[in-house]
Amino acid sequence: MKTSGRLDGLLFVLFFIIGLIACIWYLIRHDPGFLPLASEHGGFIDNLFVVTLIITGIVFILTHVLLVFFTFRYKGNGNGEKAFWYPDNKKLEIIWTIVPAVIIVALIVWGQVGWAKIFHTNPPDDAFVVEIVGEQFAWNIRYPGEDGEFGRTNPELITRTNPIGLDRTDPAAEDDIVVLNELRVPLDHPVLLKLRSKDVIHSVFLPNFRVKMDAVPGMTTTFSFKPTVEGEFDLLCAELCGLGHYRMRGYVVVQPMEELEVWLSEQREMN
Amino acid sequence: MASEHAVGTVEHHKETFISKYVFSYDHKMIGKQYMITALVWALIGMALSWIMRIQLAYPAEQMPWLETVLGRYAEGGILAPEYYLAMMTMHGTIMVFFVLTAGLIGTFGNFLIPLQIGARDMAFPFINMLSYWTFFLASVIMLLSFFVESGPAAAGWTVYPPLSAIAAAIPGSGAGQTLWLLSIGVFIVSSLFGSLNYIVTVLNMRTKGMTMGRMPLTVWAIFIAAILGLLAFPVLLSGAIMLLLDKNLATSFFIPAGLYIGGELLSYEGGSPILWQHIFWFFGHPEVYIVALPALGICSEVIATYARKPLFGYKAMVASLLAIAFLSFIVWGHHMFVSGMNPFLGSVFVLTTILIAVPSAVKVFNWLATLWRGKLHFTPAMLFAIGLVSLFITGGLTGIFLGNAPIDIQLHDTYFVVAHFHFVMGAAALFGIFAGIYHWFPKMYGRMMNNTMGKLHFWLTFIGIYLIFFPMHFMGTTGVPRRYYAFTEFEYTMQYGGMNEFITIAALITGAAQIIFLINFFGSMYLGKKAERNPWNATSLEWTTDDPMPGHGNWKGEIPMVYRGPHQFSTPEGKEDYVMQSDNTGFEGLEREN
Repeated sequence: MKTSGRLDGLLFVLFFIIGLIACIWYLIRHDPGFLPLASEHGGFIDNLFVVTLIITGIVFILTHVLLVFFTFRYKGNGNGEKAFWYPDNKKLEIIWTIVPAVIIVALIVWGQVGWAKIFHTNPPDDAFVVEIVGEQFAWNIRYPGEDGEFGRTNPELITRTNPIGLDRTDPAAEDDIVVLNELRVPLDHPVLLKLRSKDVIHSVFLPNFRVKMDAVPGMTTTFSFKPTVEGEFDLLCAELCGLGHYRMRGYVVVQPMEELEVWLSEQREMN
Repeated sequence: MASEHAVGTVEHHKETFISKYVFSYDHKMIGKQYMITALVWALIGMALSWIMRIQLAYPAEQMPWLETVLGRYAEGGILAPEYYLAMMTMHGTIMVFFVLTAGLIGTFGNFLIPLQIGARDMAFPFINMLSYWTFFLASVIMLLSFFVESGPAAAGWTVYPPLSAIAAAIPGSGAGQTLWLLSIGVFIVSSLFGSLNYIVTVLNMRTKGMTMGRMPLTVWAIFIAAILGLLAFPVLLSGAIMLLLDKNLATSFFIPAGLYIGGELLSYEGGSPILWQHIFWFFGHPEVYIVALPALGICSEVIATYARKPLFGYKAMVASLLAIAFLSFIVWGHHMFVSGMNPFLGSVFVLTTILIAVPSAVKVFNWLATLWRGKLHFTPAMLFAIGLVSLFITGGLTGIFLGNAPIDIQLHDTYFVVAHFHFVMGAAALFGIFAGIYHWFPKMYGRMMNNTMGKLHFWLTFIGIYLIFFPMHFMGTTGVPRRYYAFTEFEYTMQYGGMNEFITIAALITGAAQIIFLINFFGSMYLGKKAERNPWNATSLEWTTDDPMPGHGNWKGEIPMVYRGPHQFSTPEGKEDYVMQSDNTGFEGLEREN
């Protein structure tokens, strides 16, 4: 059973070195490739990502250096010569069970601190509330108006001009503003998104804000965040919702509260 | 004596073509049937991925040949979005169920268990035969769904309702989806037949001396995977039946009231789309390990054999398999961090999910320790096993990103996930299949596969996998969503046009390289060098059969007795660099009758 392995060992080394250089070069050039950040909690997510990248990067390089070095170094000649007898070592097993466990628990705990801030903290009472109702293949964006309350909706009332089936007999519905695909939120002010769907599951994805939450028919989901950068950003669907999934495009506009209020009152007049 | 009786019945049993090659009871033939069927499915699944990749690299470009190949799916030479989604759904379904599940545990579970534990056949040969033929029936039904008017299922392999339940939501959710659910139902029955057989055989049919603690790691891995299958698949079966009822008999398990689809208000009431996700992933996550564990077992055995070293930490390797299997049942919620599930539940699932990294890390370190100071033989099987370790590290580490819920908010349903599972589940399991085929081919067909072609196949595939899937991490980090028909609608996804073209070219070349394997595989069946009984100087029982390619009944004479643990390479006492499990040196007093 003779099998030449010189070339294989060398190829492993070369592939690893070239791959690693290409990867590091890419990471440096693209600064892991995050989209410009525009929300408060997003900074936490990006930091957690970078720290995880560093830790896993070290583990990746260490394990691969060993893997590649061993394959390069310990080539047998195929003549039945014996290898080093080393079937077990309890101490080693314990070390490489506990060390990863400790690192991992640390990552979990840190992650949960941020998770709690994002999801287990009630948004302040003065949060800017917007409802997003997904449909194949568009986003209906509803603002509650001056009363701060959303009016009743009823799917039986859905028509071309009343896409979410707003019940106009409800007094709270009178000043509701419904627009298509245009999500406007105030700068440096907490925002509470309430998400629903008319048909299938969609997912509201605001990549710049590190926001993603499914819009599920039959229930309301929420996500609160604070926009920190003025400008126009993308709103995408992240849950397969049908043939137009890839072009379910919306916009996010972040602007100071005063400007937003002007825009809202213009919309109210048009509505 | 029971074993002699078995010899008699087997040897005098008259074999016809039908009983030998079609409705065979022989576990080895059934294993091969699984292997060949999975191979055909793998080619179909790969072809589907090519069509997807071509669309992603050259969106909206007219390619008249595409219409020639795909007909109405690509009118005017452009693949329609609904059929892109159908190709994607079928690619996932075929690869997960028909290739990685059936092709791995079906092939090696059947072929290896009796040979490695010293049994003449499985516990229930008839049920074993049924298991393959129900799998075949499931395959036929799934294949039929390509030819229905509205096309095959298109709601993703996870078939989330309401999209999958309402025909008006997407064309594939008509007859195609119904056939999909029927096929998966039949597939589950087949898988349960198989799992039952593997478990009972391992528990009851081991030869004398073959204690559980002396079983080769492959058998351990398949045994544990079979338990996972037995517990997880029935849950999917009940889910599939409920979805089938929702779809065709207007029940409302998963569909809430007030749905407005295709300009119509639907009359469903009271269901929950999230319920389906819980059911699906309660099955779906163990499924990942039903696929992965046998591959990890094969990898362990192959590495020990060609490093000429005992598998380092055999007990820890078994314990880590058990730990992974146990944890796999309580992590399903990590697929649902942003599904609308209570975020507190998310916290619990983070803990259980990331804990899986610990037994996984133990496995990697033990493989490395096995390679250390070994006498490595670079056969194609060994190369694929080393490749598997690399892929498993890469895919495992990205799991630490995704399992930590805050990061998953950004990465969920992006190409980062696509990269992650193609490394750790797709490619790693595929490498397990290849390592297994190259290693056991001599026992399957009595001939050797070509070494040079095997190596070439490995290098093209290994480098290709990295070129295809590694760049997807970068796309995912930027937030490029998966299951998109084209990336032309958003500026930030458009920047990856070049990368998508690169990935597509890599996928085409890597796929084409599999022709080398096919030529080697089918060519060697007839033209390969005749194999010796134990060509790799391996230690487990399958290499003790009287013929290089054993007949039904496996051993002509008595079944060998086992005196020691598996993977005994380079022992200080042994004369050669391996001691077979059936070698009685040092135990001469221990007679069979005792």
